[in-house]
Amino acid sequence: MRGMSLIVQVMTGLLAGILLLYGGYIILHGHLTPGGGFAGGVLVAAALILVSLAFGAVEQVERREYILSSIFESSGGLLFLGLAVAGYLAADYFFRNAGLFYIGRPLELVSGGIIPLANIAIGLKVGAGLFAIFLALGASRFVMKE
Amino acid sequence: MIPYLACVLLFLIGLYVVISKRNLIKIVIGFSLIEYAVNLFFALVGFKKGALAPIITQPEQVRMGVARNFVDPVPQALVLTAIVIGLSTTALMLSLAMRLYEKYKTFDISEIRRLKG
Amino acid sequence: MLELYLLLAVMLAAALVASETRNLLAAAVALGLVGFSVAIMFILAQAPDLAIVQIVVETLTVVFFTAVILRTTDVDTTVTQGLKMETAMFVAAFLAFGGLFLALIIGVLQEIPRFGEPVMRIAQEYVQLGLERTGAANIVSAIILDFRGYDTLGEATVLFTAVVGVLTVMRLASRKKPGEF
Repeated sequence: MRGMSLIVQVMTGLLAGILLLYGGYIILHGHLTPGGGFAGGVLVAAALILVSLAFGAVEQVERREYILSSIFESSGGLLFLGLAVAGYLAADYFFRNAGLFYIGRPLELVSGGIIPLANIAIGLKVGAGLFAIFLALGASRFVMKE
Repeated sequence: MIPYLACVLLFLIGLYVVISKRNLIKIVIGFSLIEYAVNLFFALVGFKKGALAPIITQPEQVRMGVARNFVDPVPQALVLTAIVIGLSTTALMLSLAMRLYEKYKTFDISEIRRLKG
Repeated sequence: MLELYLLLAVMLAAALVASETRNLLAAAVALGLVGFSVAIMFILAQAPDLAIVQIVVETLTVVFFTAVILRTTDVDTTVTQGLKMETAMFVAAFLAFGGLFLALIIGVLQEIPRFGEPVMRIAQEYVQLGLERTGAANIVSAIILDFRGYDTLGEATVLFTAVVGVLTVMRLASRKKPGEF
């Protein structure tokens, strides 16, 4: 797709990094503050979509982004399933948390056992999946008007 | 009672759009309206007057009984995933509408039915 | 609670605009207005998690609608000027159905707990034991990823299916040359 004007591109350059950082913060602090994998994942997807809309890309780059985001989406799903199965294999039931993973002291960043890890997996899955949907809906080879 | 009724009204508006409009994009909008109505209804069912958001800020709060003054977290947990699922299903419906437009050059479902074959 | 009622009124008005306007872009923007009012109501209902998700998701919804509408057409050709007999009869029938539905639903709403006083039998245990058992201070996170992990796994599967569905639908025809269907 085509890019936008210089003003938009400069503003995007200033904002996109902060948006990505905010998405990562929301994902990593999902067990302490409001947010989590779903909210942070959608924010990451929004940052990627902002960059994609402002700068545009040629078709080869779009195709590569499309394949990469599909791979990230699937690996996020696999990671989440792996966390669930790890509880089953190492202990006695699915999604085993206490006693298998490090629970830690409350209100610390590294605590909560399975929950931050699952948040990262879901954030990866949601962010990459929504970006792939955007690429599929907005890619330049689907322009039908004119 | 009144907030619940407003949710039901929004649901009815969405249902009206889905069954009466002949434009595909309008039908997708109707499904989104229904989804918002259900999400909002769930969030309002868990609401408790004068209560706090279900997030513990001090470990002592549980023992002190502040935790008894939280809104219901279970409907929120159910809705949280449903919102993101709703976005992806909306995108699926939009992509189907786009494919139909590419084939028939119209969003009008009665036209699409007539052009079949 | 006045602000809640005002937002509900704004939401219903925006939904009516979204259903009746002739321009599809205007309908998408009105849908965005409905979604953002829902986001503010989530904050009023003490659900910050939902509000964060809803705000970003609503933005992306409008972006998706705009991407599709700009690539196709933005005029709803099915909305005709002037009142037609057929439409009027349909609206009358739907109003009758809606009235019946509302009358029945009022009876149902009498049975569930009143607004602002939920019954929290299960939630009480989650709130009391959530921090101790899972180490998560955010009880909603503790529920979706620990107590009800199966639920989230199922939702992740639905999300995966929807994404794969979009990718499949949008890929099918792209192998053919443009103009050949």
